[in-house]
Amino acid sequence: MSNKEKEPIFSAKNFNLLTAPLNKNNPITIQVLGICSALAITVKLKPALVMALSVTIVISVSNVVVAALRQYIPERIRIIVQLVVIATLVILVDQILKAYAFDVSKQLSVFVGLIITNCIIMGRLEAFAMANKPWPAFLDGLGNGAGYGIILIIVSFFRELLGSGTIYGYPVLEKIGLYSIGYENNGMMILPPMALIVVGLIIWAQRGRDRSLIENK
Amino acid sequence: MENLLNIFIKSIFVENMVFAFFLGMCSYLAVSKTVKTSIGLGIAVVFVLLITVPVNFLIEKFVLKKGALVWLGEGFADVDLSFLTFIVFIAVIAAMVQLVEMIIEKFSPALYNSLGIFLPLIAVNCAILGASLFMQEREYANIAEATVFGIGSGIGWLLAIVGVAAIREKLRYSNVPDPLKGLGITFILTGLMAIAFMGFMGITI
Repeated sequence: MSNKEKEPIFSAKNFNLLTAPLNKNNPITIQVLGICSALAITVKLKPALVMALSVTIVISVSNVVVAALRQYIPERIRIIVQLVVIATLVILVDQILKAYAFDVSKQLSVFVGLIITNCIIMGRLEAFAMANKPWPAFLDGLGNGAGYGIILIIVSFFRELLGSGTIYGYPVLEKIGLYSIGYENNGMMILPPMALIVVGLIIWAQRGRDRSLIENK
Repeated sequence: MENLLNIFIKSIFVENMVFAFFLGMCSYLAVSKTVKTSIGLGIAVVFVLLITVPVNFLIEKFVLKKGALVWLGEGFADVDLSFLTFIVFIAVIAAMVQLVEMIIEKFSPALYNSLGIFLPLIAVNCAILGASLFMQEREYANIAEATVFGIGSGIGWLLAIVGVAAIREKLRYSNVPDPLKGLGITFILTGLMAIAFMGFMGITI
């Protein structure tokens, strides 16, 4: 997921920006951002991958743009400026998807447009890009996009495997012959509520392993 | 009339913004700690949806759609601005939120103080942009249908957030496993509520 080649430009601090969002500071399970689009498109692995990739691209590029402009953005209208930057990038992504991956673009329907209001992007722009140089902002965007993508991939992997019996469209369960001994797909996994419950279980597993993440209430 | 009622019921229960499409989840999870604040945010969302969906409907119909600019003259019949949808919709929403904020501040300071902090947040609530995009995708025939759809989605969202806030208030007295506390249990709770809401599936009047 993360690129690990050692350049001098990857200081320990920069490297941490890239890896922290994968686990300790995961945008979905810890920062609670970007749930909106994360759940609806996780029925199958393919749209989830496309979505993760699109979000990663939009978040890294918009982080860089806003970080580069941060001295010139007036405080009062910063939300509008950020929205314009994000919306422009999302239009590009949408047009590219329509041109080269039309069926996936149809499956994602309104959720491509909803990348604009994906709280991860606004959240990272507000919390990080407005106060940092473009290069760390780019790494931060890449890391958060990857952290978002990992959760999407885990959720959609289980939902596709248990719900439709396939992995990335390949009928795994049929090939190993589970159906002939009476196994049936769990239709429940395809329904929207199960996405929430699967994410709940992921949070349970993650916080059970690392008890410092538990909320004190 | 029957058609409007149908859209209304459908957008509240069957195609609930939160339970069927997971829209507006960020503020839904962050603000649902007490019933009182969640009612405030819910009402603000209904209000903004009531205004933005019809406005975006008109813009879609008279500016963005292919051939929509024909009222300017015959030469505009081929103009297709639909690729600008996202940026126009989000600009309308941000502007409307600002406008609503100023109007409420002027005419009802009490309501403004109770909603104050939530109003700016609404601009980036996915439920608002989501409703406009669904309105575009489903091609509602006239402005009445679009308005009813906007109100219905808002009320559905309000119902969801108030319901989950009420359960979370009670949940404080229960013994939840440590790693599930807070966020985890809220997810599972929402999942169970969504399963309950699926009971409404297929309702038509």
